[in-house]
Amino acid sequence: MKEFMTRNKDNIITYGIVIVAFVIMQSLISAHAVSSLMTGLMVPLCAYVILAVSLNVTVGILGELSLGHAGFMCVGAFTSAFFSKLTVNVITIGWLRFTLAILIGFVCAGLIGFLIGMPVLRLKGDYLAIVTLAFGEIIKNVINVLYIGRDSNGLHFSTKDALALNMEETGEIIVNGAQGITGTPKNSNFAIGIVLILITLFIVLNLIKSRDGRAIMAIRDNVIAAESVGVNITKYKLLAFSISAALAGVAGVLYSHNISSLMATPKNFGYNMSIMILVFVVLGGIGNIRGSIISAVVLTLLPEMLRGLSNYRMLIYAIVLIAMMLFSWAPKAQDLRARLTGMLPKFGKKKTIAEGGTDNGNE
Amino acid sequence: MSFLTYLINGISLGSVYAIIALGYTMVYGIAKMLNFAHGDVIMIGCYVVFTVVSTLSLPTWLGMILAIVLCTALGITIEAIAYRPLRQAKSSLAVLITAIGVSYLLQNVALLIFGANTKSFSSVVNIEPIKLFASTGNAGLTVTGETVVTISACIVIMVLLTLFVNKTRAGQAMLAVSEDNGAAQLMGINVNATISLTFAIGSALAAVAGMLLCSSYPALTPYTGSMPGIKAFVAAVFGGIGSIPGAFIGGILLGIIEILSKAYISSQLSDAIVFLVLIIVLLLKPTGILGRKIQEKV
Repeated sequence: MKEFMTRNKDNIITYGIVIVAFVIMQSLISAHAVSSLMTGLMVPLCAYVILAVSLNVTVGILGELSLGHAGFMCVGAFTSAFFSKLTVNVITIGWLRFTLAILIGFVCAGLIGFLIGMPVLRLKGDYLAIVTLAFGEIIKNVINVLYIGRDSNGLHFSTKDALALNMEETGEIIVNGAQGITGTPKNSNFAIGIVLILITLFIVLNLIKSRDGRAIMAIRDNVIAAESVGVNITKYKLLAFSISAALAGVAGVLYSHNISSLMATPKNFGYNMSIMILVFVVLGGIGNIRGSIISAVVLTLLPEMLRGLSNYRMLIYAIVLIAMMLFSWAPKAQDLRARLTGMLPKFGKKKTIAEGGTDNGNE
Repeated sequence: MSFLTYLINGISLGSVYAIIALGYTMVYGIAKMLNFAHGDVIMIGCYVVFTVVSTLSLPTWLGMILAIVLCTALGITIEAIAYRPLRQAKSSLAVLITAIGVSYLLQNVALLIFGANTKSFSSVVNIEPIKLFASTGNAGLTVTGETVVTISACIVIMVLLTLFVNKTRAGQAMLAVSEDNGAAQLMGINVNATISLTFAIGSALAAVAGMLLCSSYPALTPYTGSMPGIKAFVAAVFGGIGSIPGAFIGGILLGIIEILSKAYISSQLSDAIVFLVLIIVLLLKPTGILGRKIQEKV
């Protein structure tokens, strides 16, 4: 047990932070110490944390840039909402239906990730980035023209409009093109969000420590060297990419079961969203899981805290983002910080020598 | 005849994409970074023209010159403040995120100054539409003045830029820096000045592209530049990023594909089709149509 504790000390701290944050937040909510706006933000916040952690698998652990992460979230959101809507009268036990919905979101997004990953992971760097961006946009566009309805004859599909479904009078439209899915049962809540974060962390942190994880990181550090010692590049790249996509799907499930009308707009599933998740990952430290969690929380709450400044809040957000990036990544700023910590007596000095300028995680 | 009309509209839209993509591709070639704020420089240029012409009622030519000058200055400033300090950063992602920050910044500055309402941009082109193949009983083909100006502007810019890069010392310096930054510095080339120059040219082109875009599609909002920016980025990758003729070909093809799929397949799916074509091209030719294959050294 003791050995287990020392070996996994870092991970246990990460789980601990999440649980403590939950307890504090939950007690503040029960004491009505936070605004209702903030309370309403808790479930999306959990979804963003899962997205940031899952994207970190692709960007930090696998070392490939993906700009289409919101697309996988979109797949998870729509497949699970579709399932819940379809079975809302069949499976009456809420938690069972929601568990199945989560599994469906996980599997569908993972499958799409696998299918997309197979051809595109041969590309490198910025080319891979643009192709993932393209896939994200395609997913969003296709969902916007999809119409699915149900009547006594079964399911009807169309890509034109609701009338083209040719349904009976009593038929019910489930997916209504650009209007999306309305009336998804609201199964998500803050506690479930936290449980899903913990499960995500469990999967990701164990992946990193496993043999597979080491193979993936070997590919990140040097593809040619990894290949020459017998690491199956395609297999491990696909593994990391699919896990990343599947977990984004889970975030989508959480997101879609929290809102009454689910639409695929550029704002929630477009490239802007993918970029926002990437901002969480880079600002939190590439490859640093705990950093992703913290930056996702801070950057989601920051615009809300600045709400008093009304119109200026996004402007300040942008300036803070630029300043934070310059401060944490510019070589000159890193030197300056190293010198400042060097000036501190005793405890600062050793750390500076040991870590040099690399305290921003690995590349 | 309708096919020809669509084709000409496609070439016109493609010309705008090509001009924006030239800016993208030059900056990528020299600084190896994706300048996500490029699309928003377009939007700023449009607002400058709008303010000068519609609000202050000054002549159009003055607005155009001011827009080009201001965008050039903006491009140089952004590079110096936000991108230069990160040029030697350990991860290339750092500068990408900063570019995204700059993009948010420009959008929100425009939002604060001009508000979220859509402004109606009055065309900077004042030429009568040209009628082609018109005869009795046949309406023929009408080409708007905007289309003529856009396509010719694109060709002129393309030729001038190619001449500039291949024939002048500054252009040669740009080529050298994009080939090997360190070696260029050893040969006495001022790398910082060369990169600044590239951003200046790219931003000036963005201003031109913005005016042409808004003349044909007059709705101006703080987010006007973001989708054309992404499309132009796609066009640059499509043609082979870093290559000037590649950006031209990529832009034109993209415009044609977009307009034709809007006309014949589905207007909602046109973006998806554009992106699908990009994916197919990249899977067949991983560095784009005119991209160079980079040999990997062990």
